[in-house]
Amino acid sequence: MQGLPFQPEQASSIARSVDELYYFLTAVTLFFTALIFSIIFYFMIRYRRRSPDERPKAIEGSFPLEVLWTAIPTLIVALIFVWSSMLYFRNSEPPKGAMEIFVTGKQWMWKVEHPEGQREINELHVPLGRPVKLTMTSEDVIHDFFVPAFRVKKDVLPGRYTSLWFQATKVGTFHLFCAQYCGAFHAGMIGSIIVQQPDEYERWLAGGVPGESMEQAGAKVFQASGCPTCHLADGTGLGPSLLGVAGNPAKLTTGETVTADDAYMRESILLPKAKVVFGYTPIMPSFQGQMTEEQLNNVVAYLRALGKATPPAKAAAKEEGKQ
Amino acid sequence: MTDAEAHAEQAGMAHQFENLEQQQEADTLGIWLFLVTEIMFFGGLFASYAIYRWLYFAAFEGGSHILDIRLGAANTIVLLGSSLTMALSVRSAQTGNRRALILFLIATMILGGIFLGVKAYEYNEKFVEHVVPSLDWAPEGQTLARLAPGGLDHAQLYFFFYFAMTGLHAMHMIIGMGLLLWLVLRARKSSFTPHYFAPVEVVGLYWHFVDIVWIFLFPLLYLIGGRY
Amino acid sequence: MSTATLEPRVHAQRNYLNADYGWKSWLFTLDHKRIALLYMVSVTFFFIVGGSFAVLMRIHLIEPQGALVQPETYNKLFTLHGVVMIFFFLIPSIPAVLGNFLVPLMVGARDLAFPRLNLLSWYIYIVGGLFTLYSAIAGGVDTGWTFYTPYSSTYSNTQVTAVAIGVFITGFSSILTGLNFIVTIHKMRAPGLTWFRMPLFLWAMYATSIIMVLGTPVLAITIFLLALEHLFHVGIFSPALGGDPLLFQHLFWFYSHPAVYIMILPAMGVVSEIIACFSRKRIFGYKIVCFSSVAIAVLGFLVWGHHMFVTGQSVYAGLIFSMLSFLVAIPSAIKVFNWTSTLYKGSISYEAPMLYALGFIGLFTMGGLTGLFLASLATDVHLNGTYFIVAHFHYIMVGGAVMGYLGGIHFWWPKISGRKYPNGWAALAAGIIFIGFNLTFFPQFILGYLGMPRRYAFYPAEFQVLNVMSSAGATVLGVGYLIPLVYLMWSMRYGPIAEANPWGATGLEWKTASPPPTENFAEIPVVTEEAYAYSAEEAAGD
Repeated sequence: MQGLPFQPEQASSIARSVDELYYFLTAVTLFFTALIFSIIFYFMIRYRRRSPDERPKAIEGSFPLEVLWTAIPTLIVALIFVWSSMLYFRNSEPPKGAMEIFVTGKQWMWKVEHPEGQREINELHVPLGRPVKLTMTSEDVIHDFFVPAFRVKKDVLPGRYTSLWFQATKVGTFHLFCAQYCGAFHAGMIGSIIVQQPDEYERWLAGGVPGESMEQAGAKVFQASGCPTCHLADGTGLGPSLLGVAGNPAKLTTGETVTADDAYMRESILLPKAKVVFGYTPIMPSFQGQMTEEQLNNVVAYLRALGKATPPAKAAAKEEGKQ
Repeated sequence: MTDAEAHAEQAGMAHQFENLEQQQEADTLGIWLFLVTEIMFFGGLFASYAIYRWLYFAAFEGGSHILDIRLGAANTIVLLGSSLTMALSVRSAQTGNRRALILFLIATMILGGIFLGVKAYEYNEKFVEHVVPSLDWAPEGQTLARLAPGGLDHAQLYFFFYFAMTGLHAMHMIIGMGLLLWLVLRARKSSFTPHYFAPVEVVGLYWHFVDIVWIFLFPLLYLIGGRY
Repeated sequence: MSTATLEPRVHAQRNYLNADYGWKSWLFTLDHKRIALLYMVSVTFFFIVGGSFAVLMRIHLIEPQGALVQPETYNKLFTLHGVVMIFFFLIPSIPAVLGNFLVPLMVGARDLAFPRLNLLSWYIYIVGGLFTLYSAIAGGVDTGWTFYTPYSSTYSNTQVTAVAIGVFITGFSSILTGLNFIVTIHKMRAPGLTWFRMPLFLWAMYATSIIMVLGTPVLAITIFLLALEHLFHVGIFSPALGGDPLLFQHLFWFYSHPAVYIMILPAMGVVSEIIACFSRKRIFGYKIVCFSSVAIAVLGFLVWGHHMFVTGQSVYAGLIFSMLSFLVAIPSAIKVFNWTSTLYKGSISYEAPMLYALGFIGLFTMGGLTGLFLASLATDVHLNGTYFIVAHFHYIMVGGAVMGYLGGIHFWWPKISGRKYPNGWAALAAGIIFIGFNLTFFPQFILGYLGMPRRYAFYPAEFQVLNVMSSAGATVLGVGYLIPLVYLMWSMRYGPIAEANPWGATGLEWKTASPPPTENFAEIPVVTEEAYAYSAEEAAGD
């Protein structure tokens, strides 16, 4: 089915399954359109008016027919719904071990940052065959990250993170479009996804301007913003230790427990009073307006790294003590 | 025209109707439908308010404490009183008591005017305290101390809803005052009889609706978080 | 019965058109029929305005780099094309033109319940239209007709406030029309006209009015908040100031999805009338069609989230909206099958109205089925924001609603004007429109799946062939639309005089003269037969 002039290349692990559903939908559309057209055409000819005072007999309706043509469409749409929803659900979470890349959309360009620190504008290099998860935000208006060849799309919103994932199955260069109208050069906000063989990708990664990884940059921002003043690593500070936090459950002063995901960490930096960790007071100042989106992303990357470390025993004890 | 037609015209029946009863039913259904649209209109605003209050409760609570609850409560009583005088004016029309009808309509207008006057005073106070979003937003002193904990941005959001909701309500009241004046002028010309007073009923329903909106606004804006 | 006159071109009878002369008798009229004509002229004007923007857009898109205008101008063209076509043509068209004219006639009344509100609704529409025209002339608007925030509230420096005021004001025109219809249908039906004896056009108007009355106020408050945010930079929908851009989308689509049913239900009502008349048979499954109309109106309020599948909202929200979106397709499918079955063993003739109605069924079926691609979550991810969406809604709104409007105009033209138009030209125009329409919009389905996003002022060269095909089709379509303007206006002066019931249709509107007298009926009729009493036994009573 590749090479049909009516579809983009299938270049991701989900493209084929999306296309299969699309073909089915096309078949249903063509079938019913043809059916209705041909029945109408036939009736138009067979029952054309033969004399000016022809008066056909009245036919009220037919309950069995109504049931039939209610039930059959219902079954068909139920089938499509189940098939589509299962596909959608399966595609909504990235597989474990996905490469994490940050994307920032702004009028009218895409800024990409690899965890190793590599930055790109309007281009995204990825290795073949590895799942890639994009964490995205916008600096201004709503954009949309759309790669037709991968059959993926997600809006990119200011003030929060959205994410999508894909796994490229073909080497090559593929269109990246902005698919949510964003102003004058919306049409110009396009780029390329460049899929390379893994070793070629490594070479590309290493060959760029040597710089620091997002984690390293994030550590610098963390220091410069004064975070360690309160967030002592051993848990004895005014703020909780950040070791072992990212990605794990966090208990709040309200009693509820939330997951300390990217959105949580971002919110805690910009709106620290929104969710306060149990046992601590809401004294953390907000960094709204003091960090760029890029710095925020770097700090989040740094916090992700801290999240993999073990939390200090003292911190656990402090929590126990305050309960 | 025939006697029947003359009578009908004098009774205030429009030509598209067959009889006065049909016209009355149509008018009543019409105003109820219109009130449903008003519910949907305010509903969108209330829904947005509910979402932001749930997200930023502390800020909304802080903002609510800036409002003067005594003025709000007084206004509530005034408006409830005006609904009473409005209902009494409908009753007066029903019983053909022209003098009482006019007096109660005027009483309703006076009470409505008091409400608007208090509202104007409250709005002025917001300028004095510099808590008017975008136009004069610079809270200081005690006001600032109350608003800061919830976040000033979200406090501004609260005051935006305060002005939007009470402003829209006030606008509806001003229109209502105009309608009441129109009723007074028509009543003075003896347009209403015990058989034909639909306009009074229709305006009455509108006025009651505006009152009910305030009954919702008062707790939602003034009574957040209690007072200690 | 009057004897044949010596001067067949002169109307001897007093009717609503010649009852009074002068501009005051038109601009201050309370006659629903004259108000319908006021609307007819205005919606035609706005159709030409919106259509001109479309022509400019299609010319521009012939070349990948854009052939005609700067990107900023293109963005203003598609915005105003959408705003004008949706709010000033599609939403009012059938209800305010055909509905206003026909509802009192079909219920057997002398006018709508509130004639003054009816006239007011036209003035409100005109004022809203003037604000919108002003916004177009004073620099334009470039937000898209969907006005997504924060672009429209905080970033765009075009005439957002002016167009917001225009749309806000016009919404009240819609509300008043709907309110009038509901009260008229409830309270002013002629003796003997029970609910299930009403023509399906009345059921369609009723269902549409429910949506107008319940949905439009939500648009009003949304636009109001948007305008305030644009003017005062408060942050209701703007994250920079603590607001939520998705709240705008929820509020906006809560109205704007039901709005599409405001646009299609009236057309379905028209199609029912035409199919019944030109097959000389009652619509198959009449009661089911009534219930389907109401079901569409109700379900239509529950599906708005399908416009937001890729916004990052919860997958569970997506599942619920997807399921409901599939369900809302079912009543429409039922109607298509019922219309088709009406043709079975009918006595079918092919005058222009019937051609439009049959074209509607075909194109609406296609457009509706392509909606399934979009209700389906997995495919919508790929198709959202592309030309597939553009093709889908144009199939429904142009292939469906506009053809329904034109069919209705052609069906009731003798009643409205008292004249007949040349059927040959009308059939030709219908054919040209059908062909031009498909040439314009079918390639867009393919463009969409290939990945061309919508609202692009320039595009990668590989999409050019399909764009050129679409633009070529648009030329044909444009020609098709011009032809009726010519012969309909011609007919008003030179067309043969129409008798009361030139099509031999059932329905109270055909029992009075063409054109009707101002008071509609000499005496209020009493209804004794079922709707669509076409059969020999039922017609024996004539």
